[in-house]
Amino acid sequence: MLSTTLNINVLWSLGGLYAILVGASLISVFLKQTNPDKNYTELIQRIKSWWIMITLFSLAMVLSKTVSLIFFGLISFLALKEYLSIIPTRRADRRVLFWAYLAIPIQYYWISIEWYGMFIIFIPVFMFLYLPMRMVIIGETKNFLQAVGTLHWGLMTLVFSISHLAYLLMLPDIDGFDAGGAGLVLFLVFLTQFNDVAQYVWGKLFGKHKIVPKVSPNKTWQGFIGGVFTTTVFAVLLSSFLTPLSIPMAIVAGLIISIAGFIGDVTISALKRDIGVKDSGSLLPGHGGILDRIDSLTYTAPLFFHFIYYYYF
Amino acid sequence: MDVINKVLRFLFYTVIVRIVVLFVLGLNIRHREKLPKKGPAIIVANHNSHLDTMVLISLLPLRLLSIIQPVAAMDYFLKNRLLAWFALKIIGILPLKRKPDYRGEDILSPIYDALENNRILIFFPEGSRGEPEKLSNFKAGLAKIVQQHPDIPVIPVLLHGLGKSLPKGEALLVPFFCDVFIGDAMTWTGDRKSFMTLLEQSMEGLAEEGHFSSWE
Repeated sequence: MLSTTLNINVLWSLGGLYAILVGASLISVFLKQTNPDKNYTELIQRIKSWWIMITLFSLAMVLSKTVSLIFFGLISFLALKEYLSIIPTRRADRRVLFWAYLAIPIQYYWISIEWYGMFIIFIPVFMFLYLPMRMVIIGETKNFLQAVGTLHWGLMTLVFSISHLAYLLMLPDIDGFDAGGAGLVLFLVFLTQFNDVAQYVWGKLFGKHKIVPKVSPNKTWQGFIGGVFTTTVFAVLLSSFLTPLSIPMAIVAGLIISIAGFIGDVTISALKRDIGVKDSGSLLPGHGGILDRIDSLTYTAPLFFHFIYYYYF
Repeated sequence: MDVINKVLRFLFYTVIVRIVVLFVLGLNIRHREKLPKKGPAIIVANHNSHLDTMVLISLLPLRLLSIIQPVAAMDYFLKNRLLAWFALKIIGILPLKRKPDYRGEDILSPIYDALENNRILIFFPEGSRGEPEKLSNFKAGLAKIVQQHPDIPVIPVLLHGLGKSLPKGEALLVPFFCDVFIGDAMTWTGDRKSFMTLLEQSMEGLAEEGHFSSWE
């Protein structure tokens, strides 16, 4: 069992998340009472789902590193399952899909034994070479390229990218930085989700010029820039508390998270628009599916990881 | 022995079935409120996988477990003692003959008895599981039953995705989210043909609610 002793800053931050939740819940109750004829069902469902998600996340972070790794592995499993359920797949590939699922425990196992080299090549190299070979053994050539391409894209975004969150937890201790991997995960996940909300709010208040009208007609330049600004300010405020980042480096981290988060969001939007679904699933009432919630993280997790890995570890 | 079987059946549906159905698979359920709350009732679904029965039973509350019976072919499920024990005692099927043994035998009479005992029956009018993820023609046996019991609600349920997870002839279960769409309860229309047409229309209507990607 990989045990963990959580730093006081991390615990304070988790407490801070609950403070925000209490605030959001009070606002929703207030809104409902002042405008009784308006429908706030979705907002209330959304906040309720946040309570559950943040509680599961907090438990996963507090209990032990093993629990945290299993938690991120389960997120990869649910997301990959949701993805494979909405995209067209071939009957002949049932066994290949099974192998794709098996890649999840294997990938998280490399992380648990801190084998960085294997963690970084297992899916991009070994699974990339293995899955097409498995398809060739079955022998169905119709739509081969589509099948192998869609499957690998799913593994890369939902297993490989997301597993970078877990590897943050395994980074070695450095002098003068006590929050550890848990601090980095919290910093990244909080800012990514906060950025989504900030872009939405800025867009609602000042949105005018559409940024990617064909993919996501509700997204605007005003929302994007407002989000980048607020997220970067928060990155600087939180950096000394949760990360080893200096102020200029915290600004860079804030820019990476806010810009990459936006790109991850619209990339999953493009996927959903291609397939013709509004939500990827119904697992999280008020949000949609799990893909709708972790879309931004598929871009921010690997980019933030390599940024901090290159400069600090 | 009977008590042990009852305990095993309860454990099977509370532990194994729920882990498989809710975690390994995962369901998108629409209109759950339209499911029957008491017996007698007939749930009618399309049939693509052995998982179909497990999913339908897991949708109903556990207090109804003792009165739910999936109707299944006697020749298939009672072909050896172990399978027969599992089918009858654990799954809890109502075995049905495909053909009468002698002239004049009504093979549907066990169903009439079960409905008179306020059972909730699960019925797959396609007969066998058939080609995965395709609707085959419904057989008319169901219409005969409803004609005999015109007051009993018939609830159409469309299942999608289970034939991808565990199709006929495969033993390896591959996880997919599955869709379960529940339609409005139907009652007897007056004649068999119009009843079956209405049922088929209802199933097609449910299929149109979903957005199903191809699986060829």
